[in-house]
Amino acid sequence: MSSSVDFSKGLPSHPEKATLEGKNKFLGFWVFLGGETIMFATFFGTFLGLREGTAGGPTAEELFSLPLVFIMTMLLLTSSLTSVLAMFSMKKNNHKSMLVLMIVTVLLGAAFLGFEIYEFVEYVHHGLGYTTSAFASSFYTLVGLHGAHVLFGLCWITTLIIRYSRSGITLTNAPKFYVASLYWHFIDVIWVFIFTVVYLLGIGGA
Amino acid sequence: MSTAAATKDKSVLWDWLTTVDHKKLAILYLVAGGLFFIKAGLMAVFMRIQLMTAENDFLTGQTFNELITMHGTIMLFLAATPLIFAFMNFVIPLQIGARDVAFPFVNALGFWIFFFGGLLLSVSWFFGGGPDAGWTAYVPLSSGEYADLGLDFYVLGLQVSGIGTLVSGINFIVTIINMRAPGMTMMRMPLFCWTGLVISILIVFAFTPLAAGLALLMLDRLFGGQFFIPDMGGNAVLWQHIFWIFGHPEVYILVLPAFGIISEVVPAFSRKRLFGYTAMVFATLVIAFLGFMVWVHHMFTVGLGPITNSVFAIATMGIAVPTGIKIFNWLFTMWGGKITFNTAMLCASSFVPTFVLGGVTGVMLAMTPVDYLYHDTYFVVAHFHYIIIGGIVLGLLAGLYYWYPKMFGHKLNEKLGMLMFWLFYIGFHMTFFIQHILGLIGMPRRVYTYLEGQGMETMNLISSIGSFVMGAGILVLLINVVYSAFKAERITVNDPWDARTLEWATPTPIPEYNFAQTPQVRSLDPLFYEKMHGDGTIKPAEPMEDIHMPNGSILPFIIGLGLFTWGFGMVMINMENPIIPPAVVIGVGFVLTFGSMFIRSIKEDHGYHIPVEQVKKIEKEVS
Repeated sequence: MSSSVDFSKGLPSHPEKATLEGKNKFLGFWVFLGGETIMFATFFGTFLGLREGTAGGPTAEELFSLPLVFIMTMLLLTSSLTSVLAMFSMKKNNHKSMLVLMIVTVLLGAAFLGFEIYEFVEYVHHGLGYTTSAFASSFYTLVGLHGAHVLFGLCWITTLIIRYSRSGITLTNAPKFYVASLYWHFIDVIWVFIFTVVYLLGIGGA
Repeated sequence: MSTAAATKDKSVLWDWLTTVDHKKLAILYLVAGGLFFIKAGLMAVFMRIQLMTAENDFLTGQTFNELITMHGTIMLFLAATPLIFAFMNFVIPLQIGARDVAFPFVNALGFWIFFFGGLLLSVSWFFGGGPDAGWTAYVPLSSGEYADLGLDFYVLGLQVSGIGTLVSGINFIVTIINMRAPGMTMMRMPLFCWTGLVISILIVFAFTPLAAGLALLMLDRLFGGQFFIPDMGGNAVLWQHIFWIFGHPEVYILVLPAFGIISEVVPAFSRKRLFGYTAMVFATLVIAFLGFMVWVHHMFTVGLGPITNSVFAIATMGIAVPTGIKIFNWLFTMWGGKITFNTAMLCASSFVPTFVLGGVTGVMLAMTPVDYLYHDTYFVVAHFHYIIIGGIVLGLLAGLYYWYPKMFGHKLNEKLGMLMFWLFYIGFHMTFFIQHILGLIGMPRRVYTYLEGQGMETMNLISSIGSFVMGAGILVLLINVVYSAFKAERITVNDPWDARTLEWATPTPIPEYNFAQTPQVRSLDPLFYEKMHGDGTIKPAEPMEDIHMPNGSILPFIIGLGLFTWGFGMVMINMENPIIPPAVVIGVGFVLTFGSMFIRSIKEDHGYHIPVEQVKKIEKEVS
């Protein structure tokens, strides 16, 4: 189990999986995301079971507006794209371009989060408080948990950018950036499901 | 990079608080799980004293409710799970020929989070009483309307300890997949590693729904969520579904490692290889798969309709098939073997008939129409205690006696061991066999007393006496641990049982790096293979080199403490007049937890190397 890596030809083509530690992180994080998927599935199930339970409060059709959600979706999808491009830069050992793309990812994510906060404030003004109905509770819990994941991801990626702003890409930090970008994709995929299950079904009234 | 000198000059306490060594963490798990086991066991004894005579007033109904809740919750989450993790932590890296688990830091993190979660649940006694809604915490009984502060401790304590269990599960999966020694293919892994892998996968997919469900209940109780309030559009049955989607796989999370232990102990003391190894692996996978599609059998009387009930009834009966395969394989392993009946083997072999009894009543309960009769009676109590004690506890006891010499450097006393076994085994059947009949004549579970003249007095008395005998058995075990620590002969050989698998190829006591050279595995039962076809020693797969080791860290302890503080602050929201504002306590917990994670993230810790000369010196000392 020697951890020696041949550097004679520069950084290996998959720096995130070149060491045993990197391989472990890579697999461990995938398994963690598997667990997260099931946790979100439970919240989705709860939402689907309770979304008709508006108890006389505002309904999904009255509240949701597609233009806002469309902008949010585009922001998050684009941020996912820039994080993929950052990983391509990493594999090409282009530290500067990776950092720039990661910064763009963070900015897009922050914009998404801003819109989400604006959205929640709007809904509260329209009379949908957290305790209004089972629909309200399950909506805020599911979408809010996603928002909390976005916030955590922003803090995490920002920390990595600042910590490794000058170090270049190494076999230690490559797995860290890689799993952070995996996490970011996961958040994006969850949003795609939220967009479909919460907003499209809510407006379409299926 | 520091050298080996960095490990010295630590006080004993600091060493144990900061350790990331899987062998030390195993002992921490064993001690913590053992203490919780004794605590919950005493609760059971108190309940049996209460039920010894009709209309007894030893306990009030409220205290009885708190005891049934805490007994079940502690036994499943804080006793059985950590005891299993103790053996998995100790044995799995050794059995696959690894120096440690994949993430030693996360391993320590898992232990401390579990420990502080358990502590959070336990401090409920000092704040107005424990949770009282049963370990299943069904709404509306567990809602803010009916349940007090104890249930907030339940929700947050389990939430925290569940995080610990989850990260440990992820760690074991990665360890088993990535850290195997050369030649240790998946189909050469000992069955204990296989069951360890499978239950870790179950943990990842079952503890996450529990985390979600507990979050929903917490939001309902603390922040006025409406998930389970029918008037506000909520649904009370939703909790039952989420709970049992977790709850049924949890049974397999606990029992499969016990199957694994039996599959190690039975071949070792029958002096034969495990019969039908491939079938055993396959059966384990099938049980795990089916375990996720039977949860409704806990809810047959809810009224989900005949189609739903039938589908889940058939799936439940289907689990009997792979389990039956396992039972026959253990019997065929013993068949024609040269059996040594020591304590470990007695526990392992008596597991088989006991577990079959539990399985038979399981199939009886799976028949939906008659389940309406059995539901919520002592028949169910008897059934799951046959699975949990007859299956899991006997498996754990077998594992304890089997691996004790490797863990502590001496065997447990055999005479006291035999005494423990017979007391425990007779006491167990006395306590629980009769409860089948009590259930069939209609005694409901979870009720703190019963009336005279209903024909239940004698049977309850017998059951209570049985529980005292069982308690005496555990007392003998504790005496044995202390007695053997002082009196037993030290083990100096690698392999005191003349066993078959790789953990017995390490020296006793095991150096912190486990294997000076990573072993080369040539077969299933690698040590036995080398005894038959080689010179009895495992061949190394690499030259003697400097050994890379991880540094210890106090951060896991602080993260656990932070989560405890956070959870306690959350409970304070529901307290009448907290002295400190809850937000402050929650904030402190938050800062401790995320601050430690932040430090861990920005500080690169590459560990240290043990130089090859020192490895050679240590190897000379232990051999």
